[in-house]
Amino acid sequence: MPASDNAFLTALQLILHMDSDLFAIVSLSLQVSLVAVALAALVGLPLGAALALWRFPGRNGVIIVLNALMGLPPVVAGLCVYLLLSRAGPLGEWGLLFSPTAMVVAQWVLVLPIIASLTRQQIEALHGEYAEQLQSLGLSTARMMPTLLWDARVGLVTVMLAGFGRASAEVGAVMIVGGNIEGVTRVMTTSIVLETSKGNLPLALGLGIILLALVTLINAMAHLMGETAKRRLG
Amino acid sequence: MNAPTSILAPIADLQLDSVSFEHRGQSLLAPTSLTLSGCRRTVIMGPNGAGKSLLMRLAHGLLTPTTGRIYWQGPTPVQAMVFQRPVLLRRSAIDNLTYVLGIHKVPRAQRKARAYQALDTFGLTSLAHRPARVLSGGEQQRLALARAWLLNPDVLFLDEATSALDPAAIKAVEDAVMAFHASGTRIVMTTHDLHQAKRLADDVVFLHNGQLREHTSNETFFSAPRSSEGRAFIQGELVW
Repeated sequence: MPASDNAFLTALQLILHMDSDLFAIVSLSLQVSLVAVALAALVGLPLGAALALWRFPGRNGVIIVLNALMGLPPVVAGLCVYLLLSRAGPLGEWGLLFSPTAMVVAQWVLVLPIIASLTRQQIEALHGEYAEQLQSLGLSTARMMPTLLWDARVGLVTVMLAGFGRASAEVGAVMIVGGNIEGVTRVMTTSIVLETSKGNLPLALGLGIILLALVTLINAMAHLMGETAKRRLG
Repeated sequence: MNAPTSILAPIADLQLDSVSFEHRGQSLLAPTSLTLSGCRRTVIMGPNGAGKSLLMRLAHGLLTPTTGRIYWQGPTPVQAMVFQRPVLLRRSAIDNLTYVLGIHKVPRAQRKARAYQALDTFGLTSLAHRPARVLSGGEQQRLALARAWLLNPDVLFLDEATSALDPAAIKAVEDAVMAFHASGTRIVMTTHDLHQAKRLADDVVFLHNGQLREHTSNETFFSAPRSSEGRAFIQGELVW
Protein backbone atom coordinates (compact mmCIF):
# COMPACT_ATOMS: atom_id res chain seq x y z
CA MET A 1 0.00 0.00 0.00
CA PRO A 2 1.23 3.50 -0.75
CA ALA A 3 1.97 5.75 2.13
CA SER A 4 3.08 9.32 2.57
CA ASP A 5 3.54 11.49 5.64
CA ASN A 6 0.22 13.24 5.07
CA ALA A 7 -2.88 11.29 6.05
CA PHE A 8 -5.21 13.02 3.60
CA LEU A 9 -2.70 12.55 0.79
CA THR A 10 -2.42 8.91 1.78
CA ALA A 11 -6.16 8.49 1.75
CA LEU A 12 -6.34 10.13 -1.65
CA GLN A 13 -3.52 7.97 -2.99
CA LEU A 14 -5.19 4.84 -1.64
CA ILE A 15 -8.40 5.69 -3.43
CA LEU A 16 -6.81 6.86 -6.67
CA HIS A 17 -4.57 3.81 -6.99
CA MET A 18 -7.57 1.53 -6.47
CA ASP A 19 -5.20 -0.72 -4.64
CA SER A 20 -6.58 -4.28 -4.80
CA ASP A 21 -5.64 -5.02 -1.17
CA LEU A 22 -7.47 -1.93 -0.05
CA PHE A 23 -10.44 -2.81 -2.21
CA ALA A 24 -10.60 -6.28 -0.61
CA ILE A 25 -10.48 -4.78 2.88
CA VAL A 26 -13.16 -2.19 2.18
CA SER A 27 -15.46 -4.63 0.50
CA LEU A 28 -15.08 -7.21 3.28
CA SER A 29 -15.83 -4.51 5.87
CA LEU A 30 -19.00 -3.53 4.08
CA GLN A 31 -20.06 -7.11 3.42
CA VAL A 32 -19.64 -8.24 7.01
CA SER A 33 -21.42 -5.23 8.50
CA LEU A 34 -24.25 -5.11 5.97
CA VAL A 35 -24.95 -8.85 6.25
CA ALA A 36 -24.84 -8.62 10.05
CA VAL A 37 -27.29 -5.69 10.02
CA ALA A 38 -29.60 -7.43 7.53
CA LEU A 39 -29.70 -10.61 9.62
CA ALA A 40 -30.16 -8.63 12.83
CA ALA A 41 -33.06 -6.75 11.21
CA LEU A 42 -34.63 -10.04 10.16
CA VAL A 43 -34.85 -11.03 13.82
CA GLY A 44 -34.86 -7.62 15.52
CA LEU A 45 -37.75 -6.00 13.66
CA PRO A 46 -40.35 -8.70 14.45
CA LEU A 47 -38.89 -9.15 17.94
CA GLY A 48 -39.12 -5.43 18.69
CA ALA A 49 -42.64 -5.23 17.24
CA ALA A 50 -43.76 -8.25 19.26
CA LEU A 51 -42.36 -6.70 22.45
CA ALA A 52 -44.29 -3.52 21.68
CA LEU A 53 -47.60 -5.28 21.06
CA TRP A 54 -47.81 -8.12 23.57
CA ARG A 55 -47.99 -7.95 27.34
CA PHE A 56 -46.59 -11.00 29.11
CA PRO A 57 -44.92 -11.73 32.45
CA GLY A 58 -41.26 -10.81 32.33
CA ARG A 59 -41.75 -8.35 29.50
CA ASN A 60 -40.15 -5.51 31.44
CA GLY A 61 -37.19 -7.74 32.20
CA VAL A 62 -36.67 -8.50 28.52
CA ILE A 63 -36.87 -4.80 27.66
CA ILE A 64 -34.34 -3.87 30.34
CA VAL A 65 -31.92 -6.60 29.23
CA LEU A 66 -32.20 -5.52 25.59
CA ASN A 67 -31.61 -1.88 26.53
CA ALA A 68 -28.59 -2.88 28.60
CA LEU A 69 -27.21 -5.00 25.76
CA MET A 70 -27.22 -1.93 23.52
CA GLY A 71 -24.14 -0.97 25.48
CA LEU A 72 -22.52 -4.41 25.33
CA PRO A 73 -18.75 -3.92 24.89
CA PRO A 74 -17.72 -5.39 21.51
CA VAL A 75 -14.80 -7.28 23.06
CA VAL A 76 -17.21 -9.07 25.39
CA ALA A 77 -19.47 -10.02 22.49
CA GLY A 78 -16.38 -11.13 20.57
CA LEU A 79 -15.17 -13.20 23.50
CA CYS A 80 -18.54 -14.97 23.87
CA VAL A 81 -18.69 -15.80 20.16
CA TYR A 82 -15.03 -16.86 20.32
CA LEU A 83 -15.78 -19.31 23.13
CA LEU A 84 -18.78 -20.59 21.23
CA LEU A 85 -16.90 -21.16 17.96
CA SER A 86 -13.45 -22.15 19.21
CA ARG A 87 -12.34 -25.74 18.59
CA ALA A 88 -13.22 -26.76 22.14
CA GLY A 89 -16.49 -24.79 22.14
CA PRO A 90 -20.01 -26.13 21.57
CA LEU A 91 -20.01 -25.12 17.90
CA GLY A 92 -16.31 -25.83 17.36
CA GLU A 93 -17.00 -28.60 14.83
CA TRP A 94 -18.33 -26.04 12.38
CA GLY A 95 -14.80 -24.62 12.05
CA LEU A 96 -16.06 -21.07 11.74
CA LEU A 97 -13.54 -19.28 13.95
CA PHE A 98 -11.32 -16.79 12.09
CA SER A 99 -13.71 -16.64 9.15
CA PRO A 100 -15.89 -13.77 7.89
CA THR A 101 -18.91 -15.81 9.02
CA ALA A 102 -17.69 -15.64 12.62
CA MET A 103 -17.34 -11.86 12.24
CA VAL A 104 -20.91 -11.62 10.98
CA VAL A 105 -22.12 -13.62 13.99
CA ALA A 106 -20.24 -11.37 16.43
CA GLN A 107 -21.59 -8.18 14.85
CA TRP A 108 -25.07 -9.68 14.71
CA VAL A 109 -24.90 -10.11 18.49
CA LEU A 110 -23.92 -6.45 18.84
CA VAL A 111 -26.52 -5.06 16.44
CA LEU A 112 -29.56 -7.17 17.39
CA PRO A 113 -30.27 -5.46 20.76
CA ILE A 114 -30.04 -2.03 19.12
CA ILE A 115 -32.48 -2.89 16.35
CA ALA A 116 -34.90 -4.79 18.61
CA SER A 117 -34.92 -2.14 21.32
CA LEU A 118 -35.30 0.90 19.05
CA THR A 119 -37.91 -0.92 16.94
CA ARG A 120 -39.93 -1.57 20.07
CA GLN A 121 -39.96 2.14 20.88
CA GLN A 122 -40.99 3.12 17.36
CA ILE A 123 -43.73 0.52 17.08
CA GLU A 124 -45.08 1.25 20.55
CA ALA A 125 -45.50 4.92 19.67
CA LEU A 126 -47.17 4.16 16.35
CA HIS A 127 -49.42 1.54 17.95
CA GLY A 128 -50.67 4.18 20.37
CA GLU A 129 -51.88 6.15 17.40
CA TYR A 130 -53.21 3.26 15.29
CA ALA A 131 -54.53 0.78 17.85
CA GLU A 132 -58.21 1.80 17.95
CA GLN A 133 -58.52 2.16 14.19
CA LEU A 134 -56.88 -1.19 13.45
CA GLN A 135 -58.93 -2.88 16.17
CA SER A 136 -62.05 -1.33 14.68
CA LEU A 137 -61.10 -2.78 11.30
CA GLY A 138 -61.04 -6.18 12.96
CA LEU A 139 -57.30 -6.82 13.02
CA SER A 140 -55.84 -9.17 15.59
CA THR A 141 -52.63 -8.12 17.33
CA ALA A 142 -50.61 -10.50 15.17
CA ARG A 143 -52.05 -9.02 11.98
CA MET A 144 -51.29 -5.49 13.17
CA MET A 145 -47.57 -6.27 13.14
CA PRO A 146 -46.84 -6.07 9.40
CA THR A 147 -49.00 -2.93 9.06
CA LEU A 148 -47.20 -1.18 11.90
CA LEU A 149 -43.75 -2.24 10.67
CA TRP A 150 -44.51 -0.95 7.19
CA ASP A 151 -45.98 2.34 8.40
CA ALA A 152 -42.99 2.91 10.70
CA ARG A 153 -40.60 2.32 7.79
CA VAL A 154 -39.10 5.80 7.74
CA GLY A 155 -38.15 5.63 11.42
CA LEU A 156 -36.98 2.05 11.07
CA VAL A 157 -34.43 3.03 8.41
CA THR A 158 -32.83 5.24 11.05
CA VAL A 159 -32.92 2.31 13.46
CA MET A 160 -31.04 0.15 10.95
CA LEU A 161 -28.54 2.95 10.42
CA ALA A 162 -27.86 3.03 14.13
CA GLY A 163 -27.20 -0.70 13.90
CA PHE A 164 -24.95 -0.25 10.90
CA GLY A 165 -23.03 2.48 12.68
CA ARG A 166 -22.37 0.14 15.58
CA ALA A 167 -21.27 -2.68 13.29
CA SER A 168 -19.01 -0.70 11.00
CA ALA A 169 -17.29 1.17 13.83
CA GLU A 170 -16.50 -1.67 16.20
CA VAL A 171 -13.12 -3.38 16.21
CA GLY A 172 -13.03 -5.50 19.35
CA ALA A 173 -15.39 -8.26 18.24
CA VAL A 174 -14.09 -8.75 14.70
CA MET A 175 -10.51 -8.68 15.96
CA ILE A 176 -11.14 -11.51 18.42
CA VAL A 177 -13.25 -13.81 16.23
CA GLY A 178 -11.72 -12.82 12.89
CA GLY A 179 -8.09 -12.59 13.87
CA ASN A 180 -7.19 -9.84 11.35
CA ILE A 181 -5.80 -12.35 8.86
CA GLU A 182 -4.59 -10.61 5.72
CA GLY A 183 -6.76 -11.39 2.72
CA VAL A 184 -9.23 -13.41 4.81
CA THR A 185 -10.61 -11.50 7.77
CA ARG A 186 -8.84 -8.14 7.63
CA VAL A 187 -11.34 -5.27 7.68
CA MET A 188 -10.91 -1.52 7.89
CA THR A 189 -11.02 -1.18 11.66
CA THR A 190 -8.59 -4.05 12.29
CA SER A 191 -6.22 -2.66 9.64
CA ILE A 192 -6.27 0.70 11.37
CA VAL A 193 -5.36 -0.95 14.67
CA LEU A 194 -2.55 -2.89 12.96
CA GLU A 195 -1.09 0.12 11.10
CA THR A 196 -1.27 2.21 14.26
CA SER A 197 0.61 -0.41 16.26
CA LYS A 198 3.21 -0.61 13.46
CA GLY A 199 3.62 3.16 13.76
CA ASN A 200 2.35 3.75 10.21
CA LEU A 201 0.10 6.55 11.35
CA PRO A 202 -0.57 8.24 7.98
CA LEU A 203 -1.78 4.95 6.51
CA ALA A 204 -3.90 4.27 9.60
CA LEU A 205 -5.40 7.72 9.40
CA GLY A 206 -5.89 7.40 5.64
CA LEU A 207 -7.87 4.20 6.17
CA GLY A 208 -9.83 5.99 8.87
CA ILE A 209 -10.75 8.76 6.47
CA ILE A 210 -11.98 6.27 3.89
CA LEU A 211 -14.05 4.46 6.54
CA LEU A 212 -15.57 7.73 7.67
CA ALA A 213 -16.34 8.73 4.08
CA LEU A 214 -18.09 5.43 3.38
CA VAL A 215 -20.18 5.60 6.53
CA THR A 216 -21.11 9.21 5.75
CA LEU A 217 -22.12 8.24 2.22
CA ILE A 218 -24.42 5.45 3.43
CA ASN A 219 -25.95 7.71 6.08
CA ALA A 220 -26.49 10.48 3.55
CA MET A 221 -28.31 8.13 1.21
CA ALA A 222 -30.54 6.85 4.00
CA HIS A 223 -31.20 10.37 5.26
CA LEU A 224 -32.21 11.59 1.81
CA MET A 225 -34.45 8.56 1.36
CA GLY A 226 -36.06 9.26 4.73
CA GLU A 227 -36.60 12.95 4.03
CA THR A 228 -38.14 12.23 0.64
CA ALA A 229 -40.43 9.63 2.18
CA LYS A 230 -41.42 11.98 5.00
CA ARG A 231 -42.30 14.73 2.55
CA ARG A 232 -44.26 12.33 0.41
CA LEU A 233 -46.07 10.45 3.16
CA GLY A 234 -46.72 13.23 5.64
CA MET B 1 -73.42 0.25 -4.81
CA ASN B 2 -73.32 -2.92 -2.81
CA ALA B 3 -76.73 -4.15 -1.78
CA PRO B 4 -77.03 -3.67 1.96
CA THR B 5 -77.63 -6.92 3.74
CA SER B 6 -79.88 -5.14 6.20
CA ILE B 7 -82.79 -5.02 3.76
CA LEU B 8 -82.73 -8.79 3.56
CA ALA B 9 -82.31 -9.38 7.28
CA PRO B 10 -82.85 -6.85 10.06
CA ILE B 11 -79.75 -5.72 11.93
CA ALA B 12 -79.44 -7.39 15.31
CA ASP B 13 -80.30 -5.26 18.33
CA LEU B 14 -77.38 -4.14 20.46
CA GLN B 15 -78.15 -4.77 24.09
CA LEU B 16 -76.27 -3.14 26.99
CA ASP B 17 -77.19 -4.69 30.35
CA SER B 18 -76.07 -2.67 33.40
CA VAL B 19 -72.81 -1.83 31.68
CA SER B 20 -70.35 0.18 33.73
CA PHE B 21 -66.76 1.21 33.21
CA GLU B 22 -64.06 2.06 35.69
CA HIS B 23 -60.55 3.25 35.08
CA ARG B 24 -58.01 3.15 37.90
CA GLY B 25 -60.76 2.94 40.48
CA GLN B 26 -62.62 5.91 39.07
CA SER B 27 -66.11 5.28 37.74
CA LEU B 28 -66.46 6.81 34.27
CA LEU B 29 -69.78 5.22 33.39
CA ALA B 30 -72.40 4.26 35.95
CA PRO B 31 -74.34 1.02 35.28
CA THR B 32 -76.22 1.74 32.05
CA SER B 33 -78.83 -0.29 30.22
CA LEU B 34 -79.64 0.59 26.65
CA THR B 35 -80.99 -1.03 23.49
CA LEU B 36 -80.01 0.16 20.02
CA SER B 37 -82.26 -1.33 17.37
CA GLY B 38 -83.49 -0.95 13.83
CA CYS B 39 -81.99 1.14 11.10
CA ARG B 40 -82.04 4.32 13.15
CA ARG B 41 -79.78 7.28 13.65
CA THR B 42 -78.97 7.49 17.33
CA VAL B 43 -77.10 10.55 18.53
CA ILE B 44 -75.30 10.36 21.85
CA MET B 45 -75.20 13.80 23.44
CA GLY B 46 -73.87 15.35 26.60
CA PRO B 47 -71.33 17.85 27.83
CA ASN B 48 -67.58 17.20 27.70
CA GLY B 49 -66.56 14.30 29.89
CA ALA B 50 -70.08 12.89 30.08
CA GLY B 51 -68.90 9.52 28.72
CA LYS B 52 -70.16 9.77 25.13
CA SER B 53 -67.03 8.44 23.44
CA LEU B 54 -66.64 5.85 26.17
CA LEU B 55 -70.17 4.52 25.64
CA MET B 56 -69.54 4.33 21.90
CA ARG B 57 -66.23 2.49 22.32
CA LEU B 58 -67.93 -0.02 24.61
CA ALA B 59 -70.73 -0.52 22.10
CA HIS B 60 -68.26 -1.01 19.24
CA GLY B 61 -66.24 -3.47 21.30
CA LEU B 62 -63.04 -1.43 21.55
CA LEU B 63 -63.32 -1.47 25.33
CA THR B 64 -64.47 -4.20 27.70
CA PRO B 65 -66.96 -3.13 30.37
CA THR B 66 -65.95 -3.43 34.02
CA THR B 67 -69.35 -4.87 34.89
CA GLY B 68 -72.43 -5.79 32.91
CA ARG B 69 -72.85 -7.36 29.51
CA ILE B 70 -72.91 -6.11 25.94
CA TYR B 71 -74.27 -8.41 23.26
CA TRP B 72 -75.99 -8.52 19.91
CA GLN B 73 -79.39 -10.21 19.84
CA GLY B 74 -78.59 -12.18 16.74
CA PRO B 75 -75.63 -12.51 14.41
CA THR B 76 -72.92 -9.89 15.05
CA PRO B 77 -73.32 -7.30 12.30
CA VAL B 78 -70.53 -5.73 10.26
CA GLN B 79 -69.42 -2.58 12.05
CA ALA B 80 -67.20 0.38 11.20
CA MET B 81 -66.12 3.42 13.15
CA VAL B 82 -65.06 6.91 12.10
CA PHE B 83 -62.99 8.75 14.68
CA GLN B 84 -62.72 12.43 15.55
CA ARG B 85 -59.20 12.50 14.16
CA PRO B 86 -59.08 10.11 11.22
CA VAL B 87 -56.28 7.57 11.53
CA LEU B 88 -54.97 7.09 8.02
CA LEU B 89 -52.06 4.90 7.10
CA ARG B 90 -48.84 6.38 5.75
CA ARG B 91 -49.62 5.57 2.14
CA SER B 92 -51.66 7.01 -0.71
CA ALA B 93 -55.42 7.54 -0.47
CA ILE B 94 -56.14 4.65 -2.82
CA ASP B 95 -53.75 2.35 -0.94
CA ASN B 96 -55.55 3.16 2.31
CA LEU B 97 -58.70 1.77 0.72
CA THR B 98 -57.21 -1.30 -0.97
CA TYR B 99 -55.60 -2.09 2.40
CA VAL B 100 -59.00 -2.47 4.02
CA LEU B 101 -60.23 -4.66 1.17
CA GLY B 102 -57.12 -6.78 1.61
CA ILE B 103 -57.92 -7.27 5.31
CA HIS B 104 -61.37 -8.45 4.32
CA LYS B 105 -59.98 -10.92 1.81
CA VAL B 106 -61.42 -9.27 -1.28
CA PRO B 107 -59.66 -10.84 -4.30
CA ARG B 108 -56.70 -8.69 -5.37
CA ALA B 109 -58.09 -8.20 -8.87
CA GLN B 110 -61.24 -6.47 -7.58
CA ARG B 111 -59.64 -4.20 -4.99
CA LYS B 112 -58.56 -1.31 -7.23
CA ALA B 113 -61.92 -1.01 -8.97
CA ARG B 114 -63.91 -1.05 -5.74
CA ALA B 115 -61.56 1.42 -4.10
CA TYR B 116 -61.91 3.85 -7.02
CA GLN B 117 -65.69 3.47 -6.83
CA ALA B 118 -65.59 4.49 -3.17
CA LEU B 119 -63.28 7.43 -3.91
CA ASP B 120 -65.72 8.53 -6.59
CA THR B 121 -68.68 8.26 -4.21
CA PHE B 122 -66.95 10.63 -1.79
CA GLY B 123 -65.57 13.00 -4.42
CA LEU B 124 -61.95 12.05 -3.86
CA THR B 125 -61.02 10.57 -7.24
CA SER B 126 -58.55 13.34 -8.09
CA LEU B 127 -56.69 12.72 -4.83
CA ALA B 128 -56.28 8.96 -5.32
CA HIS B 129 -52.50 9.02 -5.44
CA ARG B 130 -51.90 11.75 -2.90
CA PRO B 131 -50.44 10.58 0.41
CA ALA B 132 -53.40 10.27 2.75
CA ARG B 133 -51.78 12.15 5.60
CA VAL B 134 -51.13 15.34 3.67
CA LEU B 135 -54.81 15.72 2.71
CA SER B 136 -56.83 18.45 4.41
CA GLY B 137 -58.86 17.63 7.52
CA GLY B 138 -62.11 17.43 5.56
CA GLU B 139 -60.58 15.28 2.84
CA GLN B 140 -59.08 12.95 5.43
CA GLN B 141 -62.45 12.54 7.12
CA ARG B 142 -64.10 11.81 3.76
CA LEU B 143 -61.42 9.23 3.07
CA ALA B 144 -62.14 7.66 6.47
CA LEU B 145 -65.83 7.55 5.48
CA ALA B 146 -64.95 5.99 2.11
CA ARG B 147 -62.96 3.37 3.98
CA ALA B 148 -65.96 2.65 6.20
CA TRP B 149 -68.19 2.54 3.09
CA LEU B 150 -66.06 -0.24 1.61
CA LEU B 151 -66.80 -2.39 4.64
CA ASN B 152 -70.50 -2.08 3.80
CA PRO B 153 -71.31 -1.88 7.51
CA ASP B 154 -74.63 -2.69 9.13
CA VAL B 155 -73.74 -0.34 11.96
CA LEU B 156 -71.61 2.80 11.63
CA PHE B 157 -70.20 4.54 14.69
CA LEU B 158 -69.04 8.15 14.39
CA ASP B 159 -67.20 9.77 17.27
CA GLU B 160 -67.30 13.58 17.02
CA ALA B 161 -66.55 13.07 13.34
CA THR B 162 -67.22 16.70 12.41
CA SER B 163 -65.89 18.58 15.41
CA ALA B 164 -62.62 19.65 13.77
CA LEU B 165 -64.07 20.55 10.37
CA ASP B 166 -65.22 23.69 8.57
CA PRO B 167 -68.90 24.08 7.57
CA ALA B 168 -68.45 22.74 4.03
CA ALA B 169 -66.65 19.66 5.28
CA ILE B 170 -69.28 19.17 7.99
CA LYS B 171 -71.95 19.22 5.29
CA ALA B 172 -70.04 16.59 3.30
CA VAL B 173 -69.79 14.33 6.34
CA GLU B 174 -73.48 14.76 7.17
CA ASP B 175 -74.42 13.96 3.57
CA ALA B 176 -72.29 10.84 3.82
CA VAL B 177 -74.03 9.84 7.05
CA MET B 178 -77.39 10.22 5.30
CA ALA B 179 -76.11 8.12 2.39
CA PHE B 180 -75.03 5.38 4.78
CA HIS B 181 -78.41 5.50 6.47
CA ALA B 182 -80.26 5.43 3.17
CA SER B 183 -78.38 2.27 2.20
CA GLY B 184 -79.64 0.57 5.36
CA THR B 185 -76.92 1.27 7.91
CA ARG B 186 -77.71 1.94 11.55
CA ILE B 187 -75.96 5.12 12.67
CA VAL B 188 -74.64 5.72 16.17
CA MET B 189 -72.85 9.02 16.57
CA THR B 190 -71.66 11.41 19.23
CA THR B 191 -71.74 15.15 18.83
CA HIS B 192 -71.93 18.22 21.00
CA ASP B 193 -73.43 20.26 18.17
CA LEU B 194 -77.14 20.70 19.01
CA HIS B 195 -78.12 21.74 15.49
CA GLN B 196 -76.39 18.75 13.98
CA ALA B 197 -78.12 16.45 16.44
CA LYS B 198 -81.48 18.00 15.60
CA ARG B 199 -80.82 17.57 11.87
CA LEU B 200 -79.62 13.98 12.03
CA ALA B 201 -81.09 12.23 15.04
CA ASP B 202 -83.99 9.82 15.10
CA ASP B 203 -83.41 9.38 18.80
CA VAL B 204 -81.12 10.94 21.36
CA VAL B 205 -79.15 9.27 24.15
CA PHE B 206 -78.30 11.93 26.71
CA LEU B 207 -75.45 11.39 29.16
CA HIS B 208 -74.33 13.51 32.06
CA ASN B 209 -71.45 12.76 34.43
CA GLY B 210 -71.21 9.17 33.25
CA GLN B 211 -74.91 8.53 33.75
CA LEU B 212 -77.60 7.89 31.17
CA ARG B 213 -80.20 10.62 31.80
CA GLU B 214 -82.58 9.85 28.96
CA HIS B 215 -83.06 7.99 25.71
CA THR B 216 -85.89 9.68 23.82
CA SER B 217 -86.95 10.56 20.32
CA ASN B 218 -85.60 13.65 18.59
CA GLU B 219 -88.92 15.50 19.00
CA THR B 220 -89.19 14.73 22.70
CA PHE B 221 -85.60 15.59 23.50
CA PHE B 222 -85.62 18.94 21.73
CA SER B 223 -89.12 20.05 22.70
CA ALA B 224 -89.77 18.51 26.10
CA PRO B 225 -86.69 16.75 27.50
CA ARG B 226 -87.51 14.40 30.34
CA SER B 227 -84.44 15.15 32.46
CA SER B 228 -83.60 18.47 34.03
CA GLU B 229 -79.99 18.14 32.82
CA GLY B 230 -81.27 17.56 29.28
CA ARG B 231 -83.36 20.71 29.50
CA ALA B 232 -80.42 22.73 30.77
CA PHE B 233 -78.19 21.27 28.06
CA ILE B 234 -80.39 22.26 25.12
CA GLN B 235 -80.75 25.73 26.58
CA GLY B 236 -76.98 26.00 26.68
CA GLU B 237 -76.84 26.27 30.43
CA LEU B 238 -75.18 22.98 31.20
CA VAL B 239 -71.51 23.22 30.42
CA TRP B 240 -70.30 20.18 32.36
